[in-house]
Amino acid sequence: MPGPGIGKNPHPTLITRPADQGSPGWRRTRLRRDDGDVEERSGPAPPGLADGQGEPWRPPWPDHDGAAPEDGWPRRRRPWRRWRRHQWVGRPQGSGPLRRSPEDRLVAGLAAGIAARTGVDVTLVRLVFVVAALLGGFGVAAYVAGWLLLPAAGADSSIAQKALNDRRGLALAAGLGSLLIILLLIASALGARWLSSVAWALVISVVGITLIWRNTPPDEHAVLRRLADPVLGLAGASGRRRRPLLRVVASILLLIIGLSALLGGRSAPALLEPLAGLLLVITAIVIMLGPWWLRIARDLVLERQARARAEERADMAAHLHDSVLQTLALIQRRADQPQQVVQLARAQERELRSWLFDGLPPGSADGQGVTTLAGGVRLIQQEVEAQHGITVEAVTVGDCELDDDLNALLAAAREATVNAAKWSGAPTVALFAEVEPAEVVLFVRDRGRGFDPAAVPGDRKGLAESIRARVARHGGSVTVRSAPGEGTEVSLTMPRDAGKRQPSRPARA
Amino acid sequence: MTMPATGAARPRVFIVDDHGLFRSGVRSELGDRVDVVGEADDVTPAITLIAECLPDVVLLDVHLPGGGGQDVVTATKATHPQVRFLALSASDAPEDVIAVIRAGARGYVTKTISGAELVDAVYRVAAGDAVFSPRLAGFVLDAFAALGPADEGRQTFDPELDQLTPREREVLRLIARGYTYKEIARELFISGKTVESHVSSVLRKLQLSTRHQLTRWATERRLT
Repeated sequence: MPGPGIGKNPHPTLITRPADQGSPGWRRTRLRRDDGDVEERSGPAPPGLADGQGEPWRPPWPDHDGAAPEDGWPRRRRPWRRWRRHQWVGRPQGSGPLRRSPEDRLVAGLAAGIAARTGVDVTLVRLVFVVAALLGGFGVAAYVAGWLLLPAAGADSSIAQKALNDRRGLALAAGLGSLLIILLLIASALGARWLSSVAWALVISVVGITLIWRNTPPDEHAVLRRLADPVLGLAGASGRRRRPLLRVVASILLLIIGLSALLGGRSAPALLEPLAGLLLVITAIVIMLGPWWLRIARDLVLERQARARAEERADMAAHLHDSVLQTLALIQRRADQPQQVVQLARAQERELRSWLFDGLPPGSADGQGVTTLAGGVRLIQQEVEAQHGITVEAVTVGDCELDDDLNALLAAAREATVNAAKWSGAPTVALFAEVEPAEVVLFVRDRGRGFDPAAVPGDRKGLAESIRARVARHGGSVTVRSAPGEGTEVSLTMPRDAGKRQPSRPARA
Repeated sequence: MTMPATGAARPRVFIVDDHGLFRSGVRSELGDRVDVVGEADDVTPAITLIAECLPDVVLLDVHLPGGGGQDVVTATKATHPQVRFLALSASDAPEDVIAVIRAGARGYVTKTISGAELVDAVYRVAAGDAVFSPRLAGFVLDAFAALGPADEGRQTFDPELDQLTPREREVLRLIARGYTYKEIARELFISGKTVESHVSSVLRKLQLSTRHQLTRWATERRLT
């Protein structure tokens, strides 16, 4: 049965030779490792490669499903292995290089890897590690070292190899390591002799885990995070408020230990001598390494800033791509239609402007969320320009919140603008809105062919119903000035409910 | 101030813009109705070359790589006050526009202006008039309205400079509504010269008013 690792190429390349000896289905295989070593071994051929005749050859292991994956069996998942493991009491020694086995892992798959390679039961290996960990922390250090130095099965290189290229990670690990050494020195000088037995294990573990943390693939990262969870939880994952408290408790604790060591049973001269020496050593180390630690800290800050900048840049690039680049592409494709090109360019210009100067995200000026008069005027400008291919010069002075009356005024103004776009024949329409303390006035003007207002039949819906009557219903008034050849100007006025509406800060035209 | 250009003479024009494509576009739009005597693409070369060419009108982009267009205006005004500036910009940010005007530019038009209108504006500026596009008129109305009568009580308030007359407001409003100077004259039953003097007076107030609010208004607009 194909394991979860199927499809991933097993680490060594499997080279099969024609069956020149032994029974069909058994052949010698050579494993070529990455480092170029070739190792020979005997074993059953993967079922798909058996070249027996007549009866299809059936392998003796139980969980065979007949087909080998295209790129051979992943090493640890070959069904015959498991079968051998159950057949032979002594458990076979694995072959090939020692690899961590992430598929069977509790932490990093180190124990499982060792078990697979040596033939010892996994549980036993794990037990050895735990016991070694309890005896002076050696187990932990060994485990971390193994994690760092052994590549996972299926991976090209160990974490240590990757870490060598991570300058910042190395610096961080070295910084942490040296800091820890100093702390340990202080602690042992203060009398915590038992610490010296675990010191090296502790240093190796911390340095190793730091390097692993920075260079491990995401899935192992998740394991690390899970392991760290309970520890971090104590330190304040449940809330930032607990962190200062923890620091205070820790420092008080250290202070008490330190003071009691200083003022404790020993006589003063006997204590002072090593203490002075220790102080000198610490000072020397701080002077030597202090700037370096600072630089590491600063590097980390810089790194975070660089990441923030990169994100900002990516945002901007995304916006430019969605808007400007798309429009430029469209313009190139429609180079033979000047009217459309102008329209595209103007629409894009407006959008870019509202993004740059008003901080509006692209596409937000689509009608929903227009709550001010200036926004409404801008919307009329956009829509009429987009639908009728003319230029609308919109200017707004002052601004205020929209209400029903002003919405009606805007709707009428929109109708007037559309009329001008459709009938005047002028290339531009001027739209001017001003918010005054007592009223809001809106002018729609074109320099087109104009008409004789007296000659317009009374049943012409557009002007009569959509503009005049609509504004009149809300208490406003409309005047139309036009003469043939003189262009047209529609003035719309809506009184403001002074008590209700205060002029807000002006917004852009 | 001298009047270098008579009605018949072609104004000598200098173009400052950091986009070469745009400069050549403007050059071809202006055609032979004006005499383009030079171009520059940044603040420092512009200041040097303008001092050499001594054009009548400088078409000035508000945004330049080496700083704002107002730096060019300020530097040139100090040594050659007879050179006139017309801001020609794609920028609608009011603080940029107001900054260039207050530095001494005689007007502001947007880059979307048509060739004929641009030529007209150049002649107007060369003759010493102010050129207000509808958008600039809107900005100015907004600026003076936002200052409002609320802070008239201040000691430094100078009604001569810090306030628009009703007539000036009327003229600006008509400009914002898309009227030409000629149409405004007809509308208000005044002469074209009177319209021009109103506009110039508004420009003067805009440049000379010491009200901090005028600058602050422009910067606050970005925040709203």
